[in-house]
Amino acid sequence: MSKVAIFGANSAIAAAVARRLVARGDSLFLVARNAGKLEALKQDLGVRGAGAVANAVADLNDLAGHEALFDEAEAALGGLDVVLVAHGDLPDQKACEASVEATLAAFQTNALSAISLAAIAANRFEAQRSGVIAVIGSVAGDRGRQSNYVYGASKGFVAIFLEGLRNRLGKADVAVVTIKPGFVDTPMTAAFEKKGLLWAKPDAVAAGIVKAIDRGAAVVYLPGFWRLIMLVIRHIPEFLFKRLSL
Amino acid sequence: MRRDIGSWNRVPAVVHARAWALADRSAALPELADGETGLAYGNGRSYGDVCLNPDGDLFFTRGLDKFIAFDRATGALECEAGVMLSEILDLVAPMGWFPAVTPGTRFVTVGGAIANDVHGKNHHVAGSFGHHVASFELLRSDGSRLVCSPEENANMFAATIGGLGLTGVITTARLQLARIANPFMVVEARRFRSLDEFWDLNARAEREWPYTVSWIDCTAPRGRGLLLCGAHAPAQGPLPAFSERGLAVPLDPPISLINPLSLKAFNFAYFHKPTPRGKTLQHYAPYFYPLDAIREWNRIYGRKGFYQYQCVLPPAAARAGVAEMLAAISASGAGSFLAVLKTFGARPSLGMLSFPRPGATLALDFPNHGEATESLFARLDAIVSKAGGALYPAKDARMSPEMFAASFPRAEEFSRYVDPKFSSGFWRRVHAEEPI
Repeated sequence: MSKVAIFGANSAIAAAVARRLVARGDSLFLVARNAGKLEALKQDLGVRGAGAVANAVADLNDLAGHEALFDEAEAALGGLDVVLVAHGDLPDQKACEASVEATLAAFQTNALSAISLAAIAANRFEAQRSGVIAVIGSVAGDRGRQSNYVYGASKGFVAIFLEGLRNRLGKADVAVVTIKPGFVDTPMTAAFEKKGLLWAKPDAVAAGIVKAIDRGAAVVYLPGFWRLIMLVIRHIPEFLFKRLSL
Repeated sequence: MRRDIGSWNRVPAVVHARAWALADRSAALPELADGETGLAYGNGRSYGDVCLNPDGDLFFTRGLDKFIAFDRATGALECEAGVMLSEILDLVAPMGWFPAVTPGTRFVTVGGAIANDVHGKNHHVAGSFGHHVASFELLRSDGSRLVCSPEENANMFAATIGGLGLTGVITTARLQLARIANPFMVVEARRFRSLDEFWDLNARAEREWPYTVSWIDCTAPRGRGLLLCGAHAPAQGPLPAFSERGLAVPLDPPISLINPLSLKAFNFAYFHKPTPRGKTLQHYAPYFYPLDAIREWNRIYGRKGFYQYQCVLPPAAARAGVAEMLAAISASGAGSFLAVLKTFGARPSLGMLSFPRPGATLALDFPNHGEATESLFARLDAIVSKAGGALYPAKDARMSPEMFAASFPRAEEFSRYVDPKFSSGFWRRVHAEEPI
């Protein structure tokens, strides 16, 4: 039975992970911004037979509050084994191009707040010489593309940070898991047309996340075929890539 | 512009302006400008255009997928309206509870089940889905939230049960579940070699069994078939092992795989498939949801899609009417891959637009062959109208306003409860007066 803190618990993927963890008896500390939705999730997990579920309402853009959230989580669960950082925002690329402010706001949410949480978890898990830090990135972070490079860069920022963290924490038996989902059919992507085989359901991605956490995997693409797609995309020479409209 | 949203049978192919995801039951509806309309869209398992709002907006409700409360002692379940029956079953069946009424697929949302007042194989004893809804919350475009039950806001309750989503968005619902001892069914299959034989067999089966449904071979001149009876199994010792193996239709065939030849072969094989004599145990999933085991089975009809034609004929006209319909189908050479016949019980439906009413209901699937299919439907419509029957809105893509008005006598009363910012392709087609 693990003690798991989930940041951004209201996201469709995180909620699906929470349900899977509850089903096997893990205890949870849920952090999210929208109090109403968080309460609804807590009720849902309760009906599904959850044991210990504690929660805190917080805006994770407030970096100064992060340490206190970890204190609260450890106090509520009696320690921590797993941290899942799942919050994020899919900014409108066109709006970001028109506004530096919007671009930086996306970095505040997707990059700075995510590495702040990962850095705090790293120090605590390094001291206890155990733990898993899992962060939801994106396949968009593998290469900058004109259609969503602000979102992609913010996710890529985190991926490189986690790579370094993994290198540092391996010696302390702490696993650092970078999760790169492809297209997932969630409220965040409701505005997109969903045709074709590339779209996955949140629960399928959640199953992959739970498995990756259990294995202490390094980098997982979800579903797995994205590893191949991104391998190809990463290896297109730049002189060709810059002419493509991706 | 959205071209990726359709109903289960892929007809009609339409364009929507926008789709919004509802994921927070306490949040307001998206603001729509004057003249714009929206409609709740659950899991898209209804047919035709009842769940579509061409050129308008849709509110996706699958994000409203949270359980709220479940009382294991009484079987009272409260959940958000985007929860699917499959999710309810996964939760409650191991605890000894079951939906009091379930349609032929479990991949429908609670909101969709209420809005279409769906029925199941136990209609003759349990009525339809609406009979087991204790209450629900309705969110209207003016921001108001109405708790509706048979006692509270009773008119809005009656308008929304079977109300095709036109009265607002159902956000949460309280359902009364039924007790079971285990997830297995006692089932018995009986062959019949003519429609006459069916009616006698069916009358007897309805007295003995809570669940009955018949599959009919339309390619046989006198309508042979199988009557499938079921009851939840009583408590007992060792139960069979069960695990669900799912298949999927992986791609869209360029043309329908359903043609006169495959139809005849399938129906022959199904009729003659070895069925165990007497009563046997079967898990609820293959009994209630045989097609759920084949993901995206709607693809077998190809890109042009298919039509489902489901009608109900009043008791006095049922025998002659069903025979006449089968003869018309046989004469057209069309044949239906899946023909399902079931008799409804006498329990009056609660909704102003509810489909279930005493009589026999016949459901048929036809590949979309354009004109030829439409002219067969015109002949079937004439038989249904003459018999004083009705078509099922949840399966309909083509009913005329006249037929709707004649078979849903409370339609005018219902229209007073329609939310001014809600509409659907179906509603604009059958309701003479343009909403807004």
